[in-house]
Amino acid sequence: MKSLSWRLILVIAVITAAIVYLLPTLNPAIWPHKQINLGLDLQGGMHLVLEVDTEKAVDSNLERIYQDVRQLVRRERIRGVRMQPTGGRQIDIVVKGADQIAAFKKLLSDELDSMLKKIRIDGNALFELSLYLESDEVDHIKRLAVDQALETIRNRIDQFGVAEPDIRLQGDNRILIQLPGIKDTERAKSLIGKTALLEFKLVDDAGDLNAAVGGSVPPGRQVLYREEVDRQTKASRKIPYLLKKRAVLTGASLTDARVQIDSQYNEPYVSIEFDKKGARIFERVTEENVGKSLAIVLDDRVASAPVIQEKISGGQARITGQFDMEEARDLAIVLRAGALPAPVEILEERTVGPSLGADSIRYGLISMLIGGICVVVFMLIYYRGAGLIANCALLLNIFLIAAGLSALQATLTLPGIAGIILTIGMAVDANVIIFERIREELSLGRTPYSAVDAGFSRATLTILDANVTTLIAAVVLMQFGTGPVRGFAVTLSLGVVASMFTALILARMIFNYLLKNRKVRTLSI
Amino acid sequence: MSMRFVKADINIDFIGKRKFAFVLSLVLVLISLGSLVLHGGPRRGIDFEGGMVVQIKFERPVAIGDIKTAFASVGIDSTTVQGFGEAAHNEYLVRTDATEDTSGGWTSAITSALNEATGASVEIRRVEMVGPQVGKDLRTKALLAMFYALLFITIYISGRFELKWALSIVMAVALAGTVYVLKLFPWVSMPILIAAALVLSVVLFWFLELKYAMGAIVALIHDVMITVGLFSIFDKEFTLPIIAALLTIIGYSLNDTIIVFDRIRENIRKHQKNTLEFIVNRSINETLSRTLLTSMTTLMVLICLFVLGGGIIHDFAFALIVGILVGTYSSIFVASPILLAWQSKK
Repeated sequence: MKSLSWRLILVIAVITAAIVYLLPTLNPAIWPHKQINLGLDLQGGMHLVLEVDTEKAVDSNLERIYQDVRQLVRRERIRGVRMQPTGGRQIDIVVKGADQIAAFKKLLSDELDSMLKKIRIDGNALFELSLYLESDEVDHIKRLAVDQALETIRNRIDQFGVAEPDIRLQGDNRILIQLPGIKDTERAKSLIGKTALLEFKLVDDAGDLNAAVGGSVPPGRQVLYREEVDRQTKASRKIPYLLKKRAVLTGASLTDARVQIDSQYNEPYVSIEFDKKGARIFERVTEENVGKSLAIVLDDRVASAPVIQEKISGGQARITGQFDMEEARDLAIVLRAGALPAPVEILEERTVGPSLGADSIRYGLISMLIGGICVVVFMLIYYRGAGLIANCALLLNIFLIAAGLSALQATLTLPGIAGIILTIGMAVDANVIIFERIREELSLGRTPYSAVDAGFSRATLTILDANVTTLIAAVVLMQFGTGPVRGFAVTLSLGVVASMFTALILARMIFNYLLKNRKVRTLSI
Repeated sequence: MSMRFVKADINIDFIGKRKFAFVLSLVLVLISLGSLVLHGGPRRGIDFEGGMVVQIKFERPVAIGDIKTAFASVGIDSTTVQGFGEAAHNEYLVRTDATEDTSGGWTSAITSALNEATGASVEIRRVEMVGPQVGKDLRTKALLAMFYALLFITIYISGRFELKWALSIVMAVALAGTVYVLKLFPWVSMPILIAAALVLSVVLFWFLELKYAMGAIVALIHDVMITVGLFSIFDKEFTLPIIAALLTIIGYSLNDTIIVFDRIRENIRKHQKNTLEFIVNRSINETLSRTLLTSMTTLMVLICLFVLGGGIIHDFAFALIVGILVGTYSSIFVASPILLAWQSKK
């Protein structure tokens, strides 16, 4: 009686806990816990692995430094300075003339103290040095770029509106994105992958555009194109612009971006708002350049290049281009969320359509049901009364796996369903081992009670031993597996543990109850 | 009278037939190896090789050539296209080695190209693209999983079965040390490493006379080899789920083996006067009923999964079915007879 009571309490406790964890999946209103997660392969959705091109982030950082130094030199009116960024991640600088060298050295110690310098020639008439980034600094820039990219992508997806997205770092420079249930995968991808670097650059009206397009671009200038699609013929053509390379303002100075409709052409455009500093710069630049063109450049493509009619104060501007409503909305989202610090590349994509997911669930459940019925019927025919006990254990087993998934907040995937199906086949193993033992003991002439007792006690160690190996394989899989495979490892481990519990505790309890309390004299086994 | 497939007092002379079984196993393993050599190793799916798989469904049957044309029109030239799942569903699986950049309107481009080429409306159900770098990473991960599973299981078997935990830890250190040293050489790849670790384990088991461990690990290598060989013969692809299936087969094969070994240890204590051959044979017979029953119920559900589970899980179920069949055979005919190998030495 004593051994019955602790088993009973344990079984009741486990079943109660299982019910508590399963209730939300059956009816979320009853109990406020989370439902069982379905993997992307079952509910449909998109899995992406992106790589942040951190080298580009370092390059653009160096480019920024180069532009800053250039401006400093010009502000201080130091002549005879030749500088050039080189491939080895450094800026080579040559200064000629004693006065200039003195002025430049002052600039170095005042403004560029934090930069690493390699001085090659330090003479009276010639001063040659290289500025470069320390390797610690390079690492820092890379780390920052990845963090910032992660944050930006998170912002964009939040604004796009996806239920329960999972966005996280993977390794050093990869970002894992899981968007369950997403339908318009193409739009999501372009939203995530767009660098969205917004720059305002002055158009060099005085320069020779044709020569620049031909290849001889003056220093500090660049040629970028605007794509124009003819409304009637749908033919597109590219219009070149000669721009000053240095951006007067970037998207970093934005505080807001919204879609608005142009009342004249009934076309959507994006209105943007600058922060205080940005507004001041914008005002000054427009004031100084009335009559010239200011290009609005998005990811190295000119969106538009309107002529500045007058000084624009108030810190507002509009980006027009030929976009439809959806494109305009997505542009506003990426501008609000900010630019990616470096381009990203899709390394891995796995997209499952919702209908395929639903099919997988249906096929999975059908196989589980038919497979389960086969096993249940077989056990009943083969072991009769004891088979009924094994079947009870089997049912509880599936119930416990489901509860375990919910409790661990694990994800159920298609291989996970396969794991449950496999468990149904293997779970009866523990019972089979015990029942075969009991049959052996009975054939040796033992009474039912002592046969059951001996059967269980001899089989216990064997069952533990045998299941440890499957658990080892499952645990290793959990460590190294990705998504769907991990789901398989989880259900398999849960199944193994649950089957040991149901066979060794629950089945034994039922046997004991029948033999002791109901005084069953012959075993139906 | 209760129902039995196997008579209670059954006594088949398994051990007497062990030579025949060894030859059969050897032939199967050699065929597997031969197929692997002929095919230049296992056929790696996109998970490990990089590439792209697109699953598409049409409203009616279409010509495979048209599908290829559509893919070629968006710049993917070398594709293999095959029917997928049940024929009535008009589903096709398109594979290519190319890792296309799928951003920037790729899906709508391929959808309209397919519409145009086949004249049937199409649904893109699944797109999987794995870049070469990720493929390489996943390959390493899968092999590491195999390696660690083998390492832990080796430690567990030699510890648990021989009750020589100290020895098993020494073994583990030896294994880990060898692997560490081998890893210093750049030309040593993961498969070589795993093979080296296995060979070392077998050699150590032999000289330390860890009989049970030896039996278990030989059976396990045997089962995985034959499953991998069959995959190669049927020209099926290795993907991440298949690796999961292989690890499960390892677990299951050991499970079966352990049940027989447990009985052998028990019977050695009970029948001390009898020869080991008699005890091993008797133990196999005593556990035969259980071995067959469990394999049967497991096969039942797996066949359901194979037939009804849909195309995506098909190969996974196939691998497990093969593994369970071979595992059941090996626990009777391979693992236990190996225990007798040391007798002929003496």
